Amino acid sequence: MDADLIINILYATLRTGTPLLLIALGELVCEKSGVLNLGQEGMVLMGAVTGFMAAVVSGSLFTGVLVAVLCGIGMALLFGFLAITLVSNQVATGLALTIFGGGLSAFLGSSYVGIGIEGFTPWELPLLSEVPVLGKIFFSHDPLVYVSWILFIAVYWCFRSSRAGLIIRAVGENPEAANALGMRVFLVRYAAVAFGGAMAGLAGAYLSLAYTPLWTEGMSAGRGWIALALVVFASWRPERVLLGAYLFGAASILHLVLQGLGFEASPNLLAMLPYVATILVLMLIANDAIKARLNTPFALGKPFRPQL
Amino acid sequence: MNPMQRFKNIIKRPLGSFAVAAGLAAIAATVNADPLKVGFIYVGPTGDAGWTYSHDLGRQYVEAQLGDKVETSYVESVSEGADAERVIHQMASKGHELIFTTSFGYMNPTLKVAKRFPKVVFEHASGYKRAKNMGTYFTRAYQGRYLTGLVAGKMTKTNVLGYVASFPIPEVIRGINAFTKGAREANPDVTVKVVWASTWYDPAKEREAAETLILQNADVLTQHTDSAAIIQSAQAKGVYAIGYHSDMSLYGKDAHLTATVHNWGPLYLEKAQQVIDGSWKAVDLWPGIAEGTTDIAPLNAAVPEEVKQLVAEKKAAIKAGTLRVFDGPVVNQKGEMVVPAGESLEDAALLGMNYYLQGVQGKLPQS
Repeated sequence: MDADLIINILYATLRTGTPLLLIALGELVCEKSGVLNLGQEGMVLMGAVTGFMAAVVSGSLFTGVLVAVLCGIGMALLFGFLAITLVSNQVATGLALTIFGGGLSAFLGSSYVGIGIEGFTPWELPLLSEVPVLGKIFFSHDPLVYVSWILFIAVYWCFRSSRAGLIIRAVGENPEAANALGMRVFLVRYAAVAFGGAMAGLAGAYLSLAYTPLWTEGMSAGRGWIALALVVFASWRPERVLLGAYLFGAASILHLVLQGLGFEASPNLLAMLPYVATILVLMLIANDAIKARLNTPFALGKPFRPQL
Repeated sequence: MNPMQRFKNIIKRPLGSFAVAAGLAAIAATVNADPLKVGFIYVGPTGDAGWTYSHDLGRQYVEAQLGDKVETSYVESVSEGADAERVIHQMASKGHELIFTTSFGYMNPTLKVAKRFPKVVFEHASGYKRAKNMGTYFTRAYQGRYLTGLVAGKMTKTNVLGYVASFPIPEVIRGINAFTKGAREANPDVTVKVVWASTWYDPAKEREAAETLILQNADVLTQHTDSAAIIQSAQAKGVYAIGYHSDMSLYGKDAHLTATVHNWGPLYLEKAQQVIDGSWKAVDLWPGIAEGTTDIAPLNAAVPEEVKQLVAEKKAAIKAGTLRVFDGPVVNQKGEMVVPAGESLEDAALLGMNYYLQGVQGKLPQS
């Protein structure tokens, strides 16, 4: 393998990991507040289709992204209303959201299949992109990749050293106690769920406007589910989510690159690589079972009813 | 499977047994005046711009041609396996008299249901099992592959062609070999690099596979997966690409040289007409360029006139039956002669193809 190839692999790794990173970060915040939303796949698809439609109609990619994010929030609030206000079962409601989003996106987008648009092109950051090797790997991406990094830093900082992070965690660990301390559990959970929806919508926009600028039904191809698993294997820690997402991306790329290099292994085995590698590495990191369990938000998936 | 469809199916399930009785009664009571109910089972969404889309165009063609003599319906995104049997059974029990099951994985489910509904006619695409009321059909897409290979061989500058493939089954391998044969007839120095994406449909992965190939010097790409992502990648990177299933030029007008396309309409019309006339028989049909079931999309303006001429000549020869694509000498990857000059590979050998021809790089994975 020559240096150029390795640079290209790493570059593609970041691009492949980005949608997973976005979805998983959103779900992480949502789950930290104690709400399990299994509707990621539906929200991603809705974000992808509405973002694409808006971009086609308005001619502006940024309008597309904005609409996708708003649509994700809208879907998430719908989930929030059912699961938080009406205290419906979170697992069932989340699954329903996935089914709903998958069907509705196919319906809405049926007349947009077969349209090609000019998607986001890479922005080469001034100066930084001229750094040898690193410039090509890190600083020649499309704008949504940079946005994902900013969002990662924001989420990391939020849980590391902000009061907001503490409140979200308190609500996710013990909503009754948080309520007794005067925290507004419903509001916090709504905000966290909405953030999850916004991130899923953004990931959808990334798929349909940057990664493969087109719309076809079911184009997220299960990424919502992978991201969901990633959050668990990363034991609800943002830095591990980042690692897991890029690891998954790297292994997905290697699956293809190794074949091109004439590596003699069954492509079916290689296709397993992303799943196996990600699970193994994250399990090895979180080898302390008690610690891992402590990281799980205690009230995850449990509805909150204020005592009157 | 499309979740919405699954949801609908779940809702409909309790009605199944009731519908069996009602459906059988409906079939018994069928008189010529009633429209023929034709059902289609699709493996993907109709909006995939690929395989399923091409079948749905065929369905629309039947409806347009026969008007009120037929009534068509379809279920999309039906996963291959146990679920398929239930959907096919349900379709048969709802009074459909002709059912097309359009994916290889529906073979056993179709056969099972066919035995239970001897009066319903089944047509299964790409399989090899038949029954008294179950015929099979497929398209000689490899003829189109061969023609597009000619174009690729003439248009490449690096002499490396890239092929994004799904799974190593005979149908896909046949396509790779036909493409390679065409390309090497046009340009003996060409090699074809194959990357197995291990998926039929994942636009993002298809794009990465395409970029991997471009990175390794391929300057004309083609695919045996279902999305148009490789056309977009080629357009973005300034190389050429050849589509599959349908004309994909909308996704990259400079990159898209041509495409192998399916045209199921006439075949479906013929089958429906036969069922209406009562002349239908369970046969195996394998139409191609000559019947119009396989074709290629219009060539890009960048393709020189002499290449267009060459493609037209070869296409005419296939139509006339003088060219059969895998005409000898056919040499496999190891350099062994598979078919000597003057002979041609028989259909049975084509259907079981499990080796690469000379010119394909890499080792064929065993499926």
